[in-house]
Order: sequence, then structure tokens, then C-alpha cells
Amino acid sequence: MKPISVNVNGFQHEADVEPRTLLVHFLREQIGLTGTNIGCDTSSCGACTVLMNGRSVKACTVLAVQADGQSITTVEGLAENGEWHAVQRAFHEAHGLQCGFCTPGMMMASVSYLKENPSPSEGEVRLALEGNLCRCTGYHNIVKAVLTAAEEMADASAG
Amino acid sequence: MIPAKFDYERPSSLSEAISLLSSGGPDARPIAGGHSLLPLMRLRLSRPTLLVDIGGLSDLRYVREDGDHLAIGALATHDDLARSAELLDRCALIPCVAEQIGDPQVRHRGTIGGSVAHADPASDLPAALMVLDAEIIAHGSNGPRTVLATDFFQGPFMSALEPDEILTEIRVPARDGWGSSYQKFQRRAQDWAIVGVTALIESGDGITGAAIGLTNMGGTPLRATAVEQALVGSSDPDGVAAAAAKVAEIGTPPADENASSEYRLHLAEVLIKRAVAEALS
Ligand SMILES: Cc1cc2nc3c(=O)[nH]c(=O)nc-3n(C[C@H](O)[C@H](O)[C@H](O)COP(=O)(O)OP(=O)(O)OC[C@H]3O[C@@H](n4cnc5c(N)ncnc54)[C@H](O)[C@@H]3O)c2cc1C
Ligand code: FES
Ligand code: FES
Repeated sequence: MKPISVNVNGFQHEADVEPRTLLVHFLREQIGLTGTNIGCDTSSCGACTVLMNGRSVKACTVLAVQADGQSITTVEGLAENGEWHAVQRAFHEAHGLQCGFCTPGMMMASVSYLKENPSPSEGEVRLALEGNLCRCTGYHNIVKAVLTAAEEMADASAG
Repeated sequence: MIPAKFDYERPSSLSEAISLLSSGGPDARPIAGGHSLLPLMRLRLSRPTLLVDIGGLSDLRYVREDGDHLAIGALATHDDLARSAELLDRCALIPCVAEQIGDPQVRHRGTIGGSVAHADPASDLPAALMVLDAEIIAHGSNGPRTVLATDFFQGPFMSALEPDEILTEIRVPARDGWGSSYQKFQRRAQDWAIVGVTALIESGDGITGAAIGLTNMGGTPLRATAVEQALVGSSDPDGVAAAAAKVAEIGTPPADENASSEYRLHLAEVLIKRAVAEALS
């Protein structure tokens, strides 16, 4: 076992983990944050996407020991003071989901991307989500949601 | 799936990493971004007994200008390469290749050192390093040494690195004024290249210099030397097309579930024409 100390959604967690524990299992099983999903065995689907020091990563392809000393944000950490993040609101309003399984990963990938590029084109959003698969929606409303969120965030920072 | 059991160490210096590797037995491995190694370990296709995590050696994460060369630290991520102002200015081929690797999440974690050390014939960066005449610097218990990219890749997943060596830096000559392009043929977004063509072209009155790299056309990345020679001096699309056809001189590329050998050669020829056209534009 290895001792680790990871900041998750603003709270510092001290834990002992086996080195082979994947970050996604640590989050779901040791901390009980089950919003981060596991959708594949091949690092392809992006359902497990979280932010590590603010940037999107696939939590199934990071060891918990590699997250020692780092900051992780999961979907549970997006809302602030009981208010949804603009990306969460936009997925709700634009109906960017059907079954919802891919949604946490989609939202985390979108939050990371909108920090890099606050006013993307539709094509850029599609490329930015190439690491996230959705079995249900055909992606149209997901892309619409990310574009809506970008507009809302631009309005909020202008106003 | 969960990887098989292993021990884990996180050294705080390069020398500590090297001594952990040399005392760690035949199945000790460095881990950088983990984006080639962890997928293999999760499928239990790889079962190292000790992982030496070099991910914390932050002084190996840089891109800097060094006279007429650019020096890239092994831990620079694909995303770092895609955004590096120094590279965009003086060696635009590398950002152009790096931004086509995997997806954003992969580019946030994966490193150039890991990509090169892994020596996967389908990886995108190795062929770019071949056309750039890159030098690869490794440190082991016997000190540092430099290997040319052209000698580094020895077969599928086989490189010139010794088990206790850590790749530390990649040096490429600046290519001020050269045009570049990477044409990656894949069936789905995020996929590996079925065939990739890397082109570096210098032009004035016609093409005056050409370097063409091939990804996934053999067990190692390749240079299409016959194509390069035929390109120099050509100045119109017919000349480029005639040069591209010489890609057949590399011999028979591999066949797999994605492409037959004939189809790979066909793709390479088409992609060479596109890459040269883009590098010239
Ligand atoms: C979903 C997905 C899609 C991908 N798509 C692509 C793609 O399209 N194109 C592409 O090129 N790659 C792709 N990759 C691979 C990705 O680029 C990897 O990041 C890269 O190949 C390895 O870098 P790493 O830092 O993650 O290495 P690791 O996985 O940490 O290590 C890989 C190997 O190199 C060794 N190693 C690592 N660093 C060093 C070092 N400094 N010195 C000595 N040995 C070292 C390790 O021991 C291991 O054997 C993809 C990966 C995933 C998960
Ligand atoms: S679970 Fe599919 S990419 Fe992580
Ligand atoms: S909404 Fe069902 S997988 Fe995307």
C-alpha cells in the first residue's frame, strides 16, 4: 500500500492505496464519488473524464498514486454554492443527453476545453470531444450544449 | 480491468530513477504519462514488477531554443508540443503531428519521451523525428549518450534504449522556412494511423529539399528516400506525382485487419501527394 494525498473537489483526501488502483476506482470506490463512470477497458470512451490540475484526463488511465499531490475535479465538483456550472445548465437546457452515461465525461471534457478556447466553432467542439463517445445522442445536442455554454459564459464574463 | 500487482517508486531525481531501474530487475519499467503502458497493463499484456514513475521529474518537461536547434524534454506532453511557440515558429512539423495524436485527454498526459521509447510503429511522432534528423539523448548507469533517430528504432516496440536507460531529451534542428505537413489516415476520430505521411519541404524555384517519413508502413518508422530524391527539382503536380509513385521502392508494407499491403502503398502514394501540396502551400 502507498499513502497518497489528493485534493478532490476542494477537499484533501489522505488514503492508502494499492499502486495498481486506477484513479477512477479510487474516486468511485474509496471516496464514493460515483459520478465518474467507467465505459470501456481500452481508454477510448471518455466516460471517466475528470480534471487533473484543471485539464481533462481519463481517470481509467491514471493510477491513483500518480494523482498523489494533485488536484482532481469530478462532475460532483462542478456546481458552486448550489449553482450549476454553465456547462451543466447548457446540457440540461439543450438536452445534451439521453441515457446520461457519457454526460459527466462529456461535461468535464467540455469544461476543460472551454478554458482553452472560450469561443469555439461547431467544428472545433466536435474535434475537442473526439475522446468522448456517446452511444445515444448522435452528438448534435451535445455540441449544441457546449456552444450554448460558451455563449453563456461569454455573456456572464462580459456582464 | 485492473493491472497485475507491481511495486511503485517515485524518484525525485534522474539519478535515483536510473539506480531504481538498474537494481529493479528485468521487469522494472519507467512510467511517464502511462498512456501506452497502462492500457497494456490493464489488458495484462504487460506485467512489470516495478514501476519507476518519472512523471514528477518536472525539470524534464520543457521545450527550448538552443541556437539552431530545439531541445525538447522527454516529459513534454503532446499538448505542450502542439502549443509550443518555439516549435510553431521554428519547427512547425512537431506541433502539426502532436495535435493529431489521440484526443485531448491523451495529449494532456502522453509524453514525447514515452511515445519514442515505446517504439510503436503506428505512433505519430517517431516518423517526424526521422525526417527531422533528430538526436535522442538517454541517461543510464554509464552516463549519457546520443542516438540518432535513424538508429533508434529497431523493430516493432524495440528501440536502442537499454533497460536502465531513461530518455531525457530530443534535439531537432530548426527548420526555418521549411513547409511541413502530416497526413494521417484513420477510419475514426481518435484512432491510430493506418498510414501516416510526414513531409518537410524546402522550396524556391521548385522543390530544393525534401524529407518524407512513413508511419505504420513497416516495423519501424521509415524514410521514403527514393521519393525524397525524385521530389528535389520537381516543380509541378506531375513531377510530385511521379516522385510519390516511387514509394513502392520501400518494399512490401505489412498487412493487417485495417489494410492490405497494396492498399497501404496506395494510401502512402496519395498521402505523399497531399502532404507535399500542403507543405508547399
Ligand atoms: C486512447 C488512446 C489513443 C492514442 N492515440 C494515439 C495516436 O493516435 N498516436 C500516437 O502516436 N499515440 C497515441 N496514443 C499513445 C500516446 O501517444 C502515449 O502517450 C504515448 O505513446 C506514450 O507516452 P507516455 O508518456 O504515456 O508513455 P508511458 O505509457 O508512460 O510509457 C510507454 C513506454 O515507454 C517507456 N518510457 C516512457 N518514458 C520513458 C523515458 N523517458 N525513457 C525511457 N523509457 C520511457 C515506458 O517504460 C513504457 O515502456 C494513444 C493512447 C491512448 C490511450
Ligand atoms: S472508461 Fe472508457 S476511457 Fe476511461
Ligand atoms: S447519452 Fe447515452 S451514452 Fe451519451
